[in-house]
Amino acid sequence: MEDWKTNRSVFWTLATPGTFWLVLFFLVPLAFLFVLSFSDKAIIDGQMSINDYDYFTGISNYLRSLNSDIISIFMRTIWWSFLATLACLLIAYPIAFGICFAPEKWRPLLLMLIVLPFWINLLIRTYALIAVLRTQGVINSALGFAGLGPFEILGTSFAVIFGLVYVYMPFMVLPLYATIERLDKSFLEASLDLGGTQFQTFRNITLPLTMPGIVTGVVLVFIPCLGTFLTSELLGGTSSWMIGNVIQNQFGPANDWPFGSALSLLLMYATFGVLALRSLLQRNSKGVDV
Amino acid sequence: MSAFRQFPRHSRRSFLKGTGAAFAGLVLSPRFALAEEDKKLSFYNYDTYIGETTLDDFKKATGIEVKLDLFADGDELFTKLKAGNPGYDVIVPTSNVVERMVKANMIMALDHAKIPNMKNIDPAFLNPSFDPGRKYSLPYQWGTVGIGYRKSKVEGVPDSWKFLLDDEKYAGRVALLGDQEHTIGAALKYLGFSYNSTNIDELNKARDLLIKGKKIVKKYADDNGQDLLAQGEVDLTMEYNGDIAQVMAEDDDLAYVIPKEGSNVWEDTIAIPTGAPHPENAHAFINFIFDGEVGKGITETIHYATPNAAAKALMDEAYRNNAAIFPPADALAKCEYSAYLGEEAVKVRDGIWTAVQAA
Repeated sequence: MEDWKTNRSVFWTLATPGTFWLVLFFLVPLAFLFVLSFSDKAIIDGQMSINDYDYFTGISNYLRSLNSDIISIFMRTIWWSFLATLACLLIAYPIAFGICFAPEKWRPLLLMLIVLPFWINLLIRTYALIAVLRTQGVINSALGFAGLGPFEILGTSFAVIFGLVYVYMPFMVLPLYATIERLDKSFLEASLDLGGTQFQTFRNITLPLTMPGIVTGVVLVFIPCLGTFLTSELLGGTSSWMIGNVIQNQFGPANDWPFGSALSLLLMYATFGVLALRSLLQRNSKGVDV
Repeated sequence: MSAFRQFPRHSRRSFLKGTGAAFAGLVLSPRFALAEEDKKLSFYNYDTYIGETTLDDFKKATGIEVKLDLFADGDELFTKLKAGNPGYDVIVPTSNVVERMVKANMIMALDHAKIPNMKNIDPAFLNPSFDPGRKYSLPYQWGTVGIGYRKSKVEGVPDSWKFLLDDEKYAGRVALLGDQEHTIGAALKYLGFSYNSTNIDELNKARDLLIKGKKIVKKYADDNGQDLLAQGEVDLTMEYNGDIAQVMAEDDDLAYVIPKEGSNVWEDTIAIPTGAPHPENAHAFINFIFDGEVGKGITETIHYATPNAAAKALMDEAYRNNAAIFPPADALAKCEYSAYLGEEAVKVRDGIWTAVQAA
């Protein structure tokens, strides 16, 4: 490969569009959020201004985030994201395995079925879920024929977690499929031939070897779950706000961009934490890399 | 960091200077200035909130083509224009939003001389607290917030906020508006305080009531309480009267009542945002809206209460006597406008709303 130092002009030409994009549409807005998070609304003539800010006034917005309401919503967000990720993993693992061991000609079709929901806008899919879950919806009508129900599903925390699992499942299936597909099946045969039970083989061979796919899938599901606001808003009930809803509220009705910025950045730091954990786990893993 | 602050201020001032110059030009030679504006107008409004043929009729009458853009609520309108007007000429802010926008220099003063049809407006609407003398806005439609309910599932008339906030009789069959202004306002009203209270003790009492009342509430609805009611998901919902009137037209089992403790009366206004590219056309459009026949056309489509007296006079009895649209005077007397309470108060109320959501 050519060294970029010997061909500087080519390097710079190729690097410019990407760099430009990153700086203009990512770093600049992010820097603005960063500055705002340390700012406050200006006080003009003794009244808090609607549109003007006093910049770099301190960390009051971060201190406000330590409020017990915000903390309990943060905890709720992390707990629900954890449950949704766990459910995704438990459901997606057999699906990914099933696709890998399906006849070759079926695999593209099965994978396409996994990706198919992405062809439809998230908002529309969520409204469709409302029709499925509501008191007089599809599930309750079906249960009604069997003489059961109706159950209150819509407007509960279960509905929100169900919605998250439904929306982010493909992000779990695809990396799992990628690792399981490249898994050397002779290892499994060797384990079984040498007297290992199915369970031992799974625990000692399959699971460690597919760990990179699991870690990637977990990260890909957990992080977007943390930032959810649409699913919790539409499917949730009276105690369903996640941190995304609080942030959305600050940039909307509350018109408190500094506080919203501080919360967004806190969420981003939490995301960095998850990514750091990922690379740590990945480094210690002996499995097939994705 | 001063660059951050100076930029928007500078640009806003030059905006004002520019529009000021345009107005000066108009005074000297109106015809010349008129010729300067394109035959275009950008109108930013709620969905289904204008007559079916109003915009086409306006084009026929004046040659001005109206481009319609939609927002979902006043907060979206405010947020979109906050960083500078992206090119809208006429907007439809609610009374407290218009007050906030005027304070933030986001609304242009109206030239009443260019709106002769102002004579059609019911005089009761000409000097509201949120815009004394109607310097910045004119009344477009008005209405109330109250309780929509399903008659067959409710005993008698649920004419109190009690059934939505405090009494567990209808627990799990109730929706409230997912809007801090109205939900906190209704709680305040039920406790005997003002919709616009900024007293922290009163607000804390309202917060405790809302948190305690969460077991009654099934959903804080995003302005779709009327759908939940129509679908049978809930039997009582806090909603805007016009939304309930729309579903009442399709289902005889539904009704609307203003709680006896009082409620909110709101007014959507029509205004010109600062930096509007076509202020002349905007004035012409607003004048057109207040024509009697045109107002009638709008009202026939959207079924809200019109402050346009000439239009109301042209409407049929059924509309003029509809109690969901024009509530009885004694009920209305207990209703308050939402005022813009200042950013500090907005912050306090947001804290309360977050606490309710967190609980």
